[in-house]
Amino acid sequence: MGNEVNIAAPRKLTNKDRMKIPRHPMPEQNPLERAKNFLEVPLGYTPEMAMEEAERCLQCKKPKCVEGCPVNVKIPEFIYHTAMGNFELAAQTLKETNALPAVCGRVCPQEEQCEVVCTIGAKVEPVAIGRLERFVADWERSSGKINIPEISPSTGRRIAVIGAGPAGLTVAGDLAKLGHSVTIFEALHKAGGVLVYGIPEFRLPKKIVEAEVNYLERLGVQIRCDFVVGMTRTIDELMTQEGFDAVFIGTGAGLPYFLGVPGENLNGVYSANEFLTRVNLMKGYHFPNNADTPIPMAKHVAVIGGGNTAMDAARTARRLSWTEKVYIVYRRSHVEMPARKEEIHHGEQEGIEFLLLTNPTRFIGKDGWLIGMECQRMELGEPDASGRRKPIPIAGSEFILDVESAIVATGNGSNPLINKTTPGLQSNKHGNIIADEEGKTSREGVWAGGDIVIGAATVIKAMGAGKKAAKSIHEYVMKKSG
Amino acid sequence: MSALPSAHFNWCNVFRILEKNDLAAKVCRYVIAAPDVARKAKAGQFIILRLYDDGERIPITLADWDVEAGTITLYIQAVGKTTIMLSMMKAGDALMDIVGPLGIPSHVEKGKTLVALGGGFGIAAIHPVVRAHKLIGNRTISIIGARTRNLMLMEKEMGAISDEVRIATDDGSYGTKGFVTTILKKMLEEKEQMDVVLAIGPVVMMKAVADLTRPYRVQTLVSLNPIMMDGTGMCGACRVVVNDKMQFACVDGPEFDAHHVDFELLTARQKMYSPQEKLSMEIFEKICKTQEQRETAAW
Repeated sequence: MGNEVNIAAPRKLTNKDRMKIPRHPMPEQNPLERAKNFLEVPLGYTPEMAMEEAERCLQCKKPKCVEGCPVNVKIPEFIYHTAMGNFELAAQTLKETNALPAVCGRVCPQEEQCEVVCTIGAKVEPVAIGRLERFVADWERSSGKINIPEISPSTGRRIAVIGAGPAGLTVAGDLAKLGHSVTIFEALHKAGGVLVYGIPEFRLPKKIVEAEVNYLERLGVQIRCDFVVGMTRTIDELMTQEGFDAVFIGTGAGLPYFLGVPGENLNGVYSANEFLTRVNLMKGYHFPNNADTPIPMAKHVAVIGGGNTAMDAARTARRLSWTEKVYIVYRRSHVEMPARKEEIHHGEQEGIEFLLLTNPTRFIGKDGWLIGMECQRMELGEPDASGRRKPIPIAGSEFILDVESAIVATGNGSNPLINKTTPGLQSNKHGNIIADEEGKTSREGVWAGGDIVIGAATVIKAMGAGKKAAKSIHEYVMKKSG
Repeated sequence: MSALPSAHFNWCNVFRILEKNDLAAKVCRYVIAAPDVARKAKAGQFIILRLYDDGERIPITLADWDVEAGTITLYIQAVGKTTIMLSMMKAGDALMDIVGPLGIPSHVEKGKTLVALGGGFGIAAIHPVVRAHKLIGNRTISIIGARTRNLMLMEKEMGAISDEVRIATDDGSYGTKGFVTTILKKMLEEKEQMDVVLAIGPVVMMKAVADLTRPYRVQTLVSLNPIMMDGTGMCGACRVVVNDKMQFACVDGPEFDAHHVDFELLTARQKMYSPQEKLSMEIFEKICKTQEQRETAAW
């Protein structure tokens, strides 16, 4: 990608002209080739593509896209700078509200947030806001012109953030900019949370996460890995013994659900968390030559579930050299799949076979190892509590799928470690910590946000919760006499 | 309030090996700087370590710790790639990661007689639990075993915290000829006083202990050692079945009621990555050999 672009005078375009420019497709790696590597699938816009795409934006006076964004990125403004070729300014605008633009440009479901409400979307395809965000963030990183915003004078207040995932990183960035001393405590050996253990390399290269984490460190955030709050120290100890004025809990949804069907503990049946962590965080795709963590080596793999995690697991399995066949087994139909359309489409292109309206009923083993999965065909009945049509088993439709590996990706609950070790912290029956709009919990000085509060959701929703909590924490610690 | 970072934290995260002793049967004793772990460690807990950036995470039970010195003590047998590489490290070298303490501490109650069985380097794992019982005034009997006399570990350390140490060797070169279970069987038959039995070692040994004590209805605990990854309940790799219920050894254990553990499943699940572990070792041995040849050639 060339970094030098002439800053052009704005082209005189009418709204009609702008809407005539077609939405620029994202250049991608060829599906057959990429199904064998872990390199990123979309290649990103060139500066020319980005500038042209940016010209499609009508610069609405009351931009709906900003409201659609959980962290309210100043979308028309950064797109204006992009159209002008002023990418540095565009990056600064993005970072005013979003500390992780290179991540969000890749993993946000823009089609449900900013792009779905884009004005031109009513007539033509909406502006490719996510692709532009990604372009600008990548341009900034590769140009080396990373601007550190002005940091307020030190307030002397200390804030502990638990979990270095999207929520925690956002809280930490916002509070550091306000002059607070922020420490993130991370249980794993690397910062990033789901961005490093869950989302695969080909969707979010780890060097991008590292760069965004590095940016936070440059804002003055301290990150302490290998530190399990609840075990290494409790929240009470952090507040009373270590002098933290406030705590933010952003521990995510890290408790894998299993199906509860027979044979689930056979060798060869994994949670998506285990499989993805082995491959992503532990770099299992380099095993055995350049990484020590082993990963399953099965020829036929079934991934159970229809969400983004299921797609990530299936597409990851597809890329392992020894895999011949990967199935997605999902009990409802195509339209009910919670995964992003783009991910489903990518999976289909890469040769993943979708067994829809199919539900596993039993895992079959031999000498302790999985050799097959009994499935049942389903049909859709009346809508259930989730508003989606309820799948009903078809009697006598059982069949056996020959697989040596099955990955369960049917969701995650909340990890109980913090709840168990923090007296007075209220949670609901699902184990989610109860917090108000601002993220305040039942304990004074303790906030929570992201998946630990709302259940497994998206990166950007966790970041949105982080932003609100940071504002509230700031007000609280500044009132506190110190 | 002070804006300075607390002196209590090991901010630089350097887990340096301060002492290393080569003991019998490929077991090494390591004293490692890990102040945050030492400060909170309790009997029955474990840590997860990682040697270097491409390394795997492995769980090890804490054998000892020193809050003042900020150190932990581990006994580790060199059996796989990671543990062999660790055994090649020297005092002064540093590990990349140590996280902990993890797991639920051992439940220690006053007024009980504890019989603790340790096989091989499992002796290191029973050490802190026996000590915790001793510290509150409980009677402690430790039964420790090895293949032969000169492979016996921690006899002196166990002696210091046990009212009695009983010894078994497979070949009869020291103590009773047979296994630790040979001694336990006799104790049960002779109706010796015992309230709690703790067994830590290979799965076959723990299962044998459970089978022995079951008819006598003596409360029996085992510390399970399934394959583990994150150690915080996130991945489910370490799932075991106890009382027909799925449990995660890392957060629900590692200690469980031995009479209700599905040992067969545990044995099977421990073999989950056996082919890969073998492959990893073969490649590693080849690298070591080439290295050796190169060094010899250089001479």
